[in-house]
Amino acid sequence: MNAPLLTRRASLVGGVLLVGIGLPGRGAHAAETTDDKPPGSLAQFPLLDSWVRIDAAGITVFTGKAELGQGLRTALTQIAAEELSVPFDAIHLVTADTARTPNEGYTAGSHSMPDSGTAILNAASQVRAILLAIAASSWSLPVDSLTTRDGTVRAPDGRAVRYGDLITDTTLHQNALVRSALKPPADYTIIGHAQPRVDIPAKVTGGPAYIQDMRPNDMVHARILRPPSYGATLIALDDTEIAKMPGVLKIVRDGSFVGVIAKREWQAVQALRAMVAAARWKPGPKLPERARIYDTLLALPSEDTTILDRLDVADAAVSELSARFNRPYIGHGSIGPSCGLALFDGTNLTVWSHAQGMFPLRAAIAGLTGLPPDKVRCIHVEGSGCYGHNGADDAAGDAALMARAFPGQTVRVQWMREQENTWEPYSPAMVTRVRAGLNGAGNIVDWNYDVWSNTHSNRPGGAGALLAGWSLEKPLTLPRPVPIPQPEGGGDRNAIPLYVLPHATVVHHFIPEMPIRVSAERGLGAYMNIFSIESFMDECAAHTGADPVEYRLRHMQDPRARDVITLAAERFGWSKAAPGSGRGFAFARYKNLGAYCAIALQLAPIGDDGQLRVARAVLAVDSGQIINPDGIRNQIEGGFLQSMSWTLFEQVSWNADGITSRDWAGYPMLRFGLLPDQLETHIIDRPGAPFLGTGEASQGPTPAAIANALFDATHLRLRELPLNPPRLRAAGLA
Amino acid sequence: MIAIDINGRSRSVDATPETPLLYVLRDNLKLNGAKYGCGLGQCGACTVLLDGKPVFSCLTPVGSLAGRRVRTIESLGTEASPSPLQRAFIDEQAAQCGYCSAGMVMRAQALLETNPGASDTEIRARMQTNLCRCGTHMRILRAVRRAAAALGSASASPPQAGMRDGAVK
Repeated sequence: MNAPLLTRRASLVGGVLLVGIGLPGRGAHAAETTDDKPPGSLAQFPLLDSWVRIDAAGITVFTGKAELGQGLRTALTQIAAEELSVPFDAIHLVTADTARTPNEGYTAGSHSMPDSGTAILNAASQVRAILLAIAASSWSLPVDSLTTRDGTVRAPDGRAVRYGDLITDTTLHQNALVRSALKPPADYTIIGHAQPRVDIPAKVTGGPAYIQDMRPNDMVHARILRPPSYGATLIALDDTEIAKMPGVLKIVRDGSFVGVIAKREWQAVQALRAMVAAARWKPGPKLPERARIYDTLLALPSEDTTILDRLDVADAAVSELSARFNRPYIGHGSIGPSCGLALFDGTNLTVWSHAQGMFPLRAAIAGLTGLPPDKVRCIHVEGSGCYGHNGADDAAGDAALMARAFPGQTVRVQWMREQENTWEPYSPAMVTRVRAGLNGAGNIVDWNYDVWSNTHSNRPGGAGALLAGWSLEKPLTLPRPVPIPQPEGGGDRNAIPLYVLPHATVVHHFIPEMPIRVSAERGLGAYMNIFSIESFMDECAAHTGADPVEYRLRHMQDPRARDVITLAAERFGWSKAAPGSGRGFAFARYKNLGAYCAIALQLAPIGDDGQLRVARAVLAVDSGQIINPDGIRNQIEGGFLQSMSWTLFEQVSWNADGITSRDWAGYPMLRFGLLPDQLETHIIDRPGAPFLGTGEASQGPTPAAIANALFDATHLRLRELPLNPPRLRAAGLA
Repeated sequence: MIAIDINGRSRSVDATPETPLLYVLRDNLKLNGAKYGCGLGQCGACTVLLDGKPVFSCLTPVGSLAGRRVRTIESLGTEASPSPLQRAFIDEQAAQCGYCSAGMVMRAQALLETNPGASDTEIRARMQTNLCRCGTHMRILRAVRRAAAALGSASASPPQAGMRDGAVK
């Protein structure tokens, strides 16, 4: 491509693209600041010592977000160390804990850096300013004559004082100012620089790294008997012999909720197996026919919201295209099934969980157990990657009920693989329909888009969100779901294209009734909406005979979007790749307000087995100011491979009597044999620009880039996921 | 009580013979490395070495191990002194959640002990058994290749004790 690579002067250093000029009209991280409140989560928790404390023990930084394997600990520590002018190792970071940290809700939606990262950046900066001011006053020197280094304030004459010696316990117990004097990005020595992840050494050496590795001395092991299907109720369970099994300490029963506690873990597993064999159930309602699921969903009542209704001046359309897309239910597929620990001392309940929101979980567990919320403490401990609302909250609820019935000892509940696969809330099946009118030049002048979806969040909050509650003698029920509003949206996340479309209507059809249990999974509706929009952009380009990249640029004004599109195309060598060779392109800005991501990829030749494989993929991303470059690269690559797995393999299966994709044989996903030969990620840095978050940016463009590459290779347009061998065979491609 | 040889030490454990090795490692011996993932031999998170060969500890009854040597990731190295393969995983930042990592390391360890200069194709084929959900596969491949390159070039010289007999770091 001969056009200038970027709209601003740029240079490539160590695989990271550095853009030398800041964004017009924006100071450092200024877009996060409103006029009357400090930025990020400081707005809700303005006390500086909610975020930073300095005492004889050192510097402690607090976040209400959690490490999920996304590198949060490392990135937040980098931010704090940078603005406090201390070495990376000087920071002790405390993550989500209802007794210690701010309530930052869920660790979800790529919000951790914009919310918590921005709060810590500003809090740390203001703490440093306070330290400087105190030192200046005590030395009777001007503030701007002092410097900070390695946890000390220094005077020009060589005097130095440690941070801890400048303040008392209450110095930082003051509200943050609305604005901070942040370091200029050019002075950064930690933010934006490679920092090895703090959690990886333990993870690759067998160190204690996960909730599953917790072993308090008094710990006992529990397993929960789950119904065979949604809504099934226990008719009979003769547990006389089970109670006598070796190691069994207690069988807990409340209605259809049954759990067993044993001394050893394997004894608990054996007792569970005996309970499964002995239990008799009244089946729940039949599940809908899987082959007709999309029609079933479309026939359910929906609450319709027009989320975009634009009527600018436009040419008349001379041609019209339309299409419909379907996607199945997809699981989170955590490698480690969910786990929870709980200890009830007769008054207070402590719960350890790998769920994404400790404060919402506390509310749910208080509701489930009937304990006052102030008697319940929830502490986050890392588990296997979750990618959304999997079984973690439910396992914590199970542990809470079991601990309540077995006071004085820590109860560990570990779900079995088939329990995770059949009971976790899935990412919902969805349908979209799009119709576009093109003018004589082939440009889109009219756009109509409809998306049908269940909710993408049934997270706790309410106790009725926890699985255990559904089986109690006095059952709790899931609250009626409500849509997540725009601009972030749920099923309608990314349903509004970022392209310039003079006439455009987008309608979200929210379907409250849920035949299959669903909730939040990485990207929510963005995966489907971007798959649909970006597939359809290619259809329009093909109809016009336009190059897919040029066609996108033609409809795009956002300069940062243009930059990632151009960069991915350039690094891929788009202009040199022959049309028809199996190349595909896609772009999105996550939530239309998060990170920008463009993908160009090349499919390998399709073999007789009909299995697609990506040979090479090039990703370009702009997440604003970079914190940890390799952290971004890891998330973008990982998101691509996970989304590729969803796209090529994944769908939850069921029959009338229940979920049938019970294990990895029934729910296949990506393995090493189908990896790309090459996967490269290019990052555009935006020094001083707001943190945009990264974790979900590549989920949406991936399926579209693959489907577009398939069209490029075969001239067949597949609009239903997954793009697996049976689908390809049905299309006559294998 | 059952006697088993774990990481070069004879250990006596209170477990019935059919108990899967995984539960003995994690619950009786309090070792963190081998992970429960599926209990079905489908994901590889529980992979350990049995007489040098990778096995699913979730499917291996502890009663079947008389006279056999079990090695877990704890035998390779520590955070302070990681083995060459563990070092390569750290250098390549080859993890996100890392729940699959110990199984990945042990399966690759078995490969590199018999084939120190394993090719990319051989590494991909061997690692097919183990699942990663975070999408760190490319990094895992790079880490194994990095260790293979180091070991392959070292194979002309005397083998590193830790990699060859695997008993201790």
